[in-house]
Amino acid sequence: MFENLTLLQLQQYWWIIISLLGGLFVFMMFVQGGQTLLNKLSKNEIEKTMLVNSIGRKWELGFTTLVLFGGALFAAFPLFYSTSFGGAYWVWMAILFCFIIQAVSYEYRTKPNNFLGQKTFETFLYINGSLGVFLLGVAISTFFSGSEFLIDYRNFSYWQNDLRGLEALLNPSNYLLGFALVYLAKIMGAMYFINNIDHKEIRQKAIRSIKINMVMFLLFFLTFLAWILSKNGFAVDINGFVYMQSFKYLFNFLDMPIVFGMFGIGVIMVIIAVFMTIHFAKTCCIKTGGVGVVLTVMALLLNVGLNSTAYYPSTYDLQSSLTIVNSSGSHYTLTVMGYVSLMVPLVLAYIVYAWKSMDKIKITKKEMEAPDAHNY
Amino acid sequence: MEEALINWSRAQFALTAIYHFLFVPLTLGLGFIVAIMESIYVKTGNLMWKKITKFWMTLFAINFAIGVATGIIMEFEFGTNWANYSWFVGDIFGAPLAIEGILAFFMESTFFAVMFFGWDKVSKGFHLLSTWLVAIGSNLSALWILVANGWMQYPVGMVFNPDTARNEMNNFWDVILSPVAISKFLHTIGSGYVISALFVIGISAWLILKGKDMYMAKKSMIIGATFGLITSLFLILSGDESAHQVALTQPVKLAAMEGMYDGKREAGIVALGILNTNKTLYNSEPTYLFELEIPYALSLLGYHDTNAYVAGLNDLVWGNEEMGIMSAKEKINKGKIALNAFREYKDAIALKDFEKAKISKATLEENMPYFGYGYLKKPEDIVPPIGLTFYSFHIMVALGSWFVLLFAIVLFLSTKKDITKYPIILKSALWSIPLGYIAAEAGWIVAEVGRQPWAIQDLMPVGIAVTNISSTNVMITFWMFAILFTTLLIAEIKIMTKQISFGFNGGH
Repeated sequence: MFENLTLLQLQQYWWIIISLLGGLFVFMMFVQGGQTLLNKLSKNEIEKTMLVNSIGRKWELGFTTLVLFGGALFAAFPLFYSTSFGGAYWVWMAILFCFIIQAVSYEYRTKPNNFLGQKTFETFLYINGSLGVFLLGVAISTFFSGSEFLIDYRNFSYWQNDLRGLEALLNPSNYLLGFALVYLAKIMGAMYFINNIDHKEIRQKAIRSIKINMVMFLLFFLTFLAWILSKNGFAVDINGFVYMQSFKYLFNFLDMPIVFGMFGIGVIMVIIAVFMTIHFAKTCCIKTGGVGVVLTVMALLLNVGLNSTAYYPSTYDLQSSLTIVNSSGSHYTLTVMGYVSLMVPLVLAYIVYAWKSMDKIKITKKEMEAPDAHNY
Repeated sequence: MEEALINWSRAQFALTAIYHFLFVPLTLGLGFIVAIMESIYVKTGNLMWKKITKFWMTLFAINFAIGVATGIIMEFEFGTNWANYSWFVGDIFGAPLAIEGILAFFMESTFFAVMFFGWDKVSKGFHLLSTWLVAIGSNLSALWILVANGWMQYPVGMVFNPDTARNEMNNFWDVILSPVAISKFLHTIGSGYVISALFVIGISAWLILKGKDMYMAKKSMIIGATFGLITSLFLILSGDESAHQVALTQPVKLAAMEGMYDGKREAGIVALGILNTNKTLYNSEPTYLFELEIPYALSLLGYHDTNAYVAGLNDLVWGNEEMGIMSAKEKINKGKIALNAFREYKDAIALKDFEKAKISKATLEENMPYFGYGYLKKPEDIVPPIGLTFYSFHIMVALGSWFVLLFAIVLFLSTKKDITKYPIILKSALWSIPLGYIAAEAGWIVAEVGRQPWAIQDLMPVGIAVTNISSTNVMITFWMFAILFTTLLIAEIKIMTKQISFGFNGGH
């Protein structure tokens, strides 16, 4: 089956998988968003415990999606893995540190004798939810703005800026996606709380937070959109020659109507989810909004990777820019991984089953106060 | 690459890997022990077993969290610090890591939540299944990462493509069914099971010594000792196979493990010994200041034949024509020919001189098995740090033997006698917990230090694999990791000891 596909088709297939994973990861950032709302949505310790336990039962899935995102990039596009992670060293290290501190914080937060104190672990969660998400947005934004690196004849990469990735913060345009993601995560986090916690006051506060965060999200997201659709993009000709093209990302949408359609439907679904939550106090909008986020992010990644586009451009040496053609694994490896990817629906199925089984009984104050409860 | 960069990168990888492997073993084994305990609860309906299960499950969770925290860096560090490596072999090495994510991590993370929070939310059967799936998921994860590690030690199932300047996978089954990978997997999970069993009998012994929840502690001890005895015997068997594979694929490592300079037949193993620090490849000083040797053992362990010839470091560095062992110098020469042919091939392709490209490619293919040697400066560079490899190997073996004895004694006393009357055994069990970790880390030091200077055996030395970055950056992140992981380790130990002090009735 996969072995009959051409190398280009396999590269496109894997870019679609990577885009899907990217979309799922951003959806799972509702955990991060929720982490930044812990103090805002709770008025006492028990309410905070309900919030922490709500997202605390899902943090690992987001974490795992990030790890898989890295692993899949390594297997399918190893030149990106080596160039970006090795080159933009400090950005990725900063992101990793933000995630390391998240991993212990849920379990250790309220445990007796936890050395650093509850406040520290809650601060760790806040840092992960804000700085971690922001930096991820900045890192992804360089897919559109470019980085400074050179690739030699052995395909070894040489980063050309001593700031090792932190220079992305010197470009204000990169902040747009960073902040857009932070506010989107907050919106999704609030929607998840509304769905998962059976508590009137928390739900009311969550709705109020969505109103503010939606305004901020739209501000940054629409500006980001205006920036990428109006800027020159990194195009590739049939010989692999990279050149600048006006309105490249706008044309990508127009050239790929399905991707444009996905993007439009995704954005509309997010808006509908927010509208229904705010005006009709619906509690199930995390699903609609979640699908919307996956579609939107997926479409953006497809836009930057397909249709003869350099998805990881080098502004130092245009011809060193990475495309899905010059940075991918071999035909054999992509084929093997193609078969492995057939397991993804099975994995998604058991995640959905376990998720539904756990979430059919909403989190309540009573559950948190049960004497034999294993709470975070 | 500058020496400081190589050393800081090595140090950072060693630091993060050592920290990570402090937490992995307990996840591998305690998951199964908890699953066995919960199975007894579900089968008998006895609430005491639910309490026992929850107690150990809480300790599992505390350990699991920091295992995940230290694990994420391992996934990305190949890219951040070993970028050249990541390209050179990413086509093969990346696949097991991605498969690990799809098949193992999601299983662990999905059912972990059900295991901890699902007691009153899902059926007993689904809960038990979730507990088993967490254990299976963590072991599946070990399988894939050890397939990747085994491949670095013994690269198979691939071919070098000069057009892309990398090795490309051409046989997936060779990669995952490599005997080195399989023996490494079995030996590593075996060590995890033994550490987990030591943890269970050690903590149970402490509770008994304190007179706390003695009945449940004794029950736990029986489970732990049974699990430990079976798995420690398995560990010895898998260790034997692992050593056999080292002899076949990494003879320099085997020689370093035994501090063996001159090769011989009927080679023995030093059961107890001290290396002579004045001994080098260039003098005839005695190798050991003192040694107690088990005759024939190394020939037997390495080649399953008491008469087998075991190559020494002198054979491997300077060559031994009689035994058909090529010198490192000759390998370096062939490696340089390979590197030169590769450059010529790339130049010829750029100039569209396809005839010359064809000749260069043939020369490259002929000398490709020695490609990595071309980067070495002198023959002695193939020798890893001997002292560290030698002592780590012997500490691991000695401790492994002690564990078998300990489990047998504890099992006998817990089932046939009253173990509470043997405080020395109980204290031995308690103090053997750190010994388990020392043995496991020593094993990794043998595996990783013993294969230096190679990132990928014979193909890429560590100095070429490293990311092009100034050493100051890596030095800073090294200290950041050292501080953060040490802080988290202190937190983990403090939380763990507090939870243990609550006992089985303490609420979890």
